[in-house]
Amino acid sequence: MNNLVFLPVLLPLLTGIILIFFSKSIRIQRTLSVISFVIGVLLSTYLVSQVYTNGILTLDVSNWKAPFGITLVADMLAALLVLTTNIIALCVLLYSFTSIGIEREKFYYYSFFNFLIVGVNGAFLTGDVFNLFVFFEVMLMSSYVLLVLGGTKIQLRESLKYILVNVISSALFVIAVAMLYSIVGTLNMADISKRVAEVGQPGQLTVIAILFLIVFGLKGAIFPLFYWLPGSYAAAPTPVLALFGALLTKVGIYSIFRTYTLIFYHDSGFTHQFLGVLSLVTIIIGVIGAVAYWDLKKIVIYNIVIAVGVIAYGISLLNEAAVMGSVFYLLHDMIIKAALFLLIGIMAKIAGTYNLREFSGLIHKYPYVGWAFFIAALSLGGIPPLSGFIGKLLIVQGAFQAKDYWGAGIVLMSSLLVLYSIMKIFIHGVWGKPQEYKGSPIGIKSMLIPSAILVAISALFGLGIEFLYPYISTATDTLMDPTIYIEAVLKE
Amino acid sequence: MEILMAIVVGILFTCATYLMLSKSILRIIIGTGLLSHGAHLLILTMGGLKRGAVPLLGEHAKNYVDPLPQALILTAIVISFGVTSFFLVLAYRAYQELGTDNMDMLRGTEANE
Repeated sequence: MNNLVFLPVLLPLLTGIILIFFSKSIRIQRTLSVISFVIGVLLSTYLVSQVYTNGILTLDVSNWKAPFGITLVADMLAALLVLTTNIIALCVLLYSFTSIGIEREKFYYYSFFNFLIVGVNGAFLTGDVFNLFVFFEVMLMSSYVLLVLGGTKIQLRESLKYILVNVISSALFVIAVAMLYSIVGTLNMADISKRVAEVGQPGQLTVIAILFLIVFGLKGAIFPLFYWLPGSYAAAPTPVLALFGALLTKVGIYSIFRTYTLIFYHDSGFTHQFLGVLSLVTIIIGVIGAVAYWDLKKIVIYNIVIAVGVIAYGISLLNEAAVMGSVFYLLHDMIIKAALFLLIGIMAKIAGTYNLREFSGLIHKYPYVGWAFFIAALSLGGIPPLSGFIGKLLIVQGAFQAKDYWGAGIVLMSSLLVLYSIMKIFIHGVWGKPQEYKGSPIGIKSMLIPSAILVAISALFGLGIEFLYPYISTATDTLMDPTIYIEAVLKE
Repeated sequence: MEILMAIVVGILFTCATYLMLSKSILRIIIGTGLLSHGAHLLILTMGGLKRGAVPLLGEHAKNYVDPLPQALILTAIVISFGVTSFFLVLAYRAYQELGTDNMDMLRGTEANE
């Protein structure tokens, strides 16, 4: 029964393996991947409902008891993130049919797509630090291939840098795990947390906490470790970019969530304040980048950096309102970033350029694209009925409770500038004089549908807060009280 | 013994950092190789270097060395092997396409796009 926890990892893994055998038959590849992800969405919905009714589900792989074997843990946060991942993967998959191009599809694109989801889902569901490292590598290895697949000059150039940064951060991850193992002598997260609580987090453990922050900050693009992100992401083709922007950095953020609420929460005066300051600077840097550029991709890419900063700031406050806000904002941001990347991909396909100065007046000929982008933009800015509002509201409330007025002010100001940066696209690209476009609008409709689905989900997310609230509040309870997690895993 | 190993690992990390800050892509890849060597030695060292039999139950020894770090290292070795071979092929391909192995020439500015 508890094998349910493993299915979101197993399903794309099997699909990916099967697809290797049918590399030349694009129709089989497409059909199988769609079936796999539809089942994935249904399964993860069921997983969420099971976790909601039965509490945290754990699976001791091969029946080795908790601290000795690898344990997979689905708490509410992980289950919700797996669901969001599957929904985004399905939409991006539908979008790739028309946009990725036949040459890439023939060279194992869908296999690597599936393996990327294996890595992401595995990283969300694992309860073991070294296993987390392995799933990170599964995810990163597929992302290297997806980034370079096609082999244009810009992709080759940027992949070199992307791989180098990630090789270094993986080595740091191994080093951090080695240090942690030498002190606590275990790798299971719940057991680590218990033993850290027993020794009360002395100085060495705080050093390791910062080392983990550096590792996950490199994956999740926190200041001053975000410098690799804008260049690398700008090189990827649109559907790949949407996957990366929605999922990869969020796995880093999720790991910060786990380590900083489950393991290293005893000396929060230092570690969490450090994280708070870094995340506020991340917001500021991201805002500067988002306002400065006239390139569609760059504007949204810098918005990823801002969102990472906002979520990390919520974690650093470590009170209930802020953590709940972070969870809301994390889920919202995954969906809306995927939607925005898909939409600017459509706009760039119509206009034939990513440069905002070179086109205008899209809404006259393509009203649906224009309006979908408008809703997505408002949602990103955090306008009340839409999804970005409640997360930021709770984070700001948490900041006021913690009497961190500067932080609250920066988060609020950043919303304004985020709205400005995204409305800049709307005003210059979507409004204005219609003109002749250089691109080709073939297949726009089939690209618009998955993007519209994501925008609709984002809007429903905003309207259905009451419905979602109990789930998010369950997730927050587990995060705020690590003993729930520890007892579920170690079964005491 | 651990202190000696710590110093050696430190030297490996120093060399790796130096090499990764250089211009040539091959030097950078050699640097990543040294970095993973350092990381693997560090796992071994941090697991403890006490005397004991190899972790084989057939040895019938009183005490064995810790088997867990060895399994971790084995995993980390194959992963870094896979990544390194991919990285080398990518560097080869980039050299063919872009005609340079100098990282300074591969800057991501508008002039190069």
